[in-house]
Amino acid sequence: MQETTLTVNGKTHTVDVDPATPLLYVLRNDLGLRGPRFGCGLAQCGTCTVLMDGRPIRSCILPVSRTRGEITTLEGLPEDGKLHPVQQAWIEEQVPQCGFCQNGQILTAAALLSNSPNPSDEEIRRGMNPILCRCMTYYRIQSAVKRAATAMAGTSGEEDR
Amino acid sequence: MTRGRDPGNGRQAPDTIERALGHWEGSASRRDFLKTSGLFVFGLSAMGAAGAARQALGSQPAESGPYRDPDFLQLDSWLVVHEDGSATFYLGKTDGGQGIGTATRQMMCDELDLAFDRATVVMGRTDLTVDQGGSGGSDAIERDAMVGRRIAAEARRVLLEMASERFGVPVEELRVSEGVISLNGDPARTVTYGELVGGRRFDVALTGANINQAGGVASVKPVQDLKLVGQSIPRYDIPAKVDGSFEWAVDVRLPGMVHARNVRPPFAGATLTALDESSVRDMPGFLRVVRKGNYVAVVCEREEQAIEAAERLAVTWEKPATAPFPASDDLFEYLRSAEPEPGSERRGAAPVQGDPDGALASAATVVEAAYDVPFQGHTAIGPAHAVADPSDGQMTIYTNDMKPYSHRTGIAEFLGMPPEQVRVIWMEGPQLYGRTAADDAGFEAAYLAKELGRPVRVQWMRHEETAWDTKGPAFAIDLRGGLDADGNLVALDYQARIANYAHVGYNQARTVLIAQLMGLRPDQPSPGGARGPDDMYHVPNRRGETRAVRLPLVFETPLRTGNLRDPNGPQITFAAESFVDELAAAADADPVEFRLRLLRGATDDDEVFRRARSIAVVEAAARAYGWDARPSPGRLGDGPLLTGRGIAYTYRARTTIAVIAEVEVERETGRVRVPRMVCAHDCGLVINPDGLENTIQGNLLHGISRTLFEEVRFDGETVTSVDWRTHPTLTHRDAPERIDVVVVNGDPNPDRPDLRPYGAGEPSHKPVPAAIANAVHDATGVRMRRLPLRPERVLAELAAAGV
Ligand code: FES
Ligand code: FES
Repeated sequence: MQETTLTVNGKTHTVDVDPATPLLYVLRNDLGLRGPRFGCGLAQCGTCTVLMDGRPIRSCILPVSRTRGEITTLEGLPEDGKLHPVQQAWIEEQVPQCGFCQNGQILTAAALLSNSPNPSDEEIRRGMNPILCRCMTYYRIQSAVKRAATAMAGTSGEEDR
Repeated sequence: MTRGRDPGNGRQAPDTIERALGHWEGSASRRDFLKTSGLFVFGLSAMGAAGAARQALGSQPAESGPYRDPDFLQLDSWLVVHEDGSATFYLGKTDGGQGIGTATRQMMCDELDLAFDRATVVMGRTDLTVDQGGSGGSDAIERDAMVGRRIAAEARRVLLEMASERFGVPVEELRVSEGVISLNGDPARTVTYGELVGGRRFDVALTGANINQAGGVASVKPVQDLKLVGQSIPRYDIPAKVDGSFEWAVDVRLPGMVHARNVRPPFAGATLTALDESSVRDMPGFLRVVRKGNYVAVVCEREEQAIEAAERLAVTWEKPATAPFPASDDLFEYLRSAEPEPGSERRGAAPVQGDPDGALASAATVVEAAYDVPFQGHTAIGPAHAVADPSDGQMTIYTNDMKPYSHRTGIAEFLGMPPEQVRVIWMEGPQLYGRTAADDAGFEAAYLAKELGRPVRVQWMRHEETAWDTKGPAFAIDLRGGLDADGNLVALDYQARIANYAHVGYNQARTVLIAQLMGLRPDQPSPGGARGPDDMYHVPNRRGETRAVRLPLVFETPLRTGNLRDPNGPQITFAAESFVDELAAAADADPVEFRLRLLRGATDDDEVFRRARSIAVVEAAARAYGWDARPSPGRLGDGPLLTGRGIAYTYRARTTIAVIAEVEVERETGRVRVPRMVCAHDCGLVINPDGLENTIQGNLLHGISRTLFEEVRFDGETVTSVDWRTHPTLTHRDAPERIDVVVVNGDPNPDRPDLRPYGAGEPSHKPVPAAIANAVHDATGVRMRRLPLRPERVLAELAAAGV
């Protein structure tokens, strides 16, 4: 056991765990978060995704001691009490079926759009490809990413679209 | 009554069940409900609002057991009106992500004349909701929600009678709108549902010989009067699934709860010969190794400790004397040459029509083909998991088992506990599609919780889930068809072998994995079996036979068969509908035209007009796709991408479906993509069009995945499909760019006031593999008769055909 300090959704936490513990278990079992979930523990599915300084990472394989910077989970994505445009688009497109994978889908989409505000269909497919969905909501996810891109372009005040 | 609780004894957190229920409607609406309901909510913190409502109504106490079954012949068991006029519906159903709760709430609010947002739904709790069996068979809307409709109609009738008495006028002079009853002649005089019965019992008995027939005196409204049914009302569970607040079965954490991981045999049929507990005893957090027979689990304080301890535990296994099964590459040869189980043909037998052998002997053209479908896994996105709490000598299981009622009776039997001391609280989990009809983890958690005397959480690892989940059975199917000189199909002979022996069933105490590993055996293994093809074709001479074949290892095998979405349907339909295309090609006929001819060959129909509705979907699919009538294959292109289209049609129960797939086949690599799909779907009355569309889209894509990617691989010793690389799945890259869902109402009287909804959770999955294989044939001239259509297989066939 060893004390590790990490910043999650804007708050600093100190936990006393084996430093090799995957971040996923600390987020879920010590910090009580529900967004990231266990799917494979092998970095293959994306269900456990969180953002580390805005980049999607797989918390199931990252030792908590190697966590750097700011962690954002699905719970931390809304700003000023308002859902992130990606979350909003997910509701408008009624994307989820069981919803179990959607944590990874939403966070990955948010990161994709912050890097590439107006992605082509091909970029969306490529960017989202690592996140699996066994309910096969891919079709709606891809529509929702486009909807979110449009919404974000609208709110960021770009006139030259 | 005292509701004493001692948090130190491992009892659940005060708000656990509250939160367990809360996930249904989001916390805000629940708070509102409590604030306005005005019920005396003692014990609320432990019972949850729904429990509290029951408590106040005197119907269901039982925080600490015994847990008695709610009486399905009492209106109060199904529907509670609160003082603020809102209502809660209690349904013995579960939802696998198809929006069953939302759709049922629409139907019941419609009958009750209550606004959609004035009702909440509680589902799948054995102590609070009547036993509707949980989910399965795509019958939630078709059967169980119809019961809900009748009961809501009865509640409305009773409320109108109460109002009639209060106002001293006949019921005919009253009207209802959104839970408010008013006088026709004096609309200012009103009374609300809440004022009439809020917070009190109806005390109205229902009738019905069984739960599926339960209902009251009132009849349901004609379809034309329904206002919420037919609307795309957004699913109430989605916001919480999107903002991270939803509480799943994986999220249950109880005070004193510890974590378990299983240790599985590395070889199928292996026997545990030695176990050295000292290999893990000194690890931090270590609590116990539990072993019985070949079942082994490690329990630790923390989750990551249990994972590591399970990996480190020193165990010695002895391989079985004989190979448990052939290697997956030799499976189909095995299925065709093995002696089928005696008696297994009964379940698959269809009555023989005419004289198939005679007609084949005299046919102008005889076509023969053999099709193979491997075992395919459920491979849920999240592996099996459950929490069990043994407090107070009772057992509470938090699980996503889709059949909580049989889970409860199965666990009670397994533990030797009276069923009323066991309750199952269903919470949502990763998609089910049959996997959680026998939720192994719930049995394991309950067993371990009893052993340790404290709450235990069991979570399977990925390798465990992929290797050891229940499998959709493998098939080897041989078909023969005879055409007359005019290209009419005169004889059809379907002979199937199914690797479906010791089918795992539903939560049976002696067939779940832990029971098998402990050495328990059912008196008689279920021989399995399957139906034949589901179509309304008119073929004068016809036979369909299916025989179950047993693999050498029957128990403790990772090739346990269970129900996988539309059980057996995609496998059977892959063969049957591919073969219809082969016959069409032999007759030089257009595949759509050929099918319509077979459907129109007879004019009789059944009570739900399946023949008329079959014709309707085939025609609608062709129209929506823009089908150009011509025989397949088309003229092969010269470019690197070969394109084609294929159709397949079938029905499932009372739902008819036709699917058209468009494919691109990469000549160089053999890779198949499906850029476009059309599905024409007739499931009668549509409750929620957007929900239906989402469900169909999922069915189609899941079908693409099973057609192109999914196969359980094994060598002669063990299953080698253990993760997402070795049992691959469809990903974003291979999702179609365009899906057209065409909702068809092919009823001869489409405006009938009693139009019924039919199931939609699985039917559209069924024709997908055949539609894709037919499209590949159209594109390349090559007939793929083995699933999945992996690039190397397609490439080999292309090479063999010189394409
Ligand atoms: S759980 Fe981390 S990638 Fe699958
Ligand atoms: S919505 Fe169920 S796994 Fe993606």
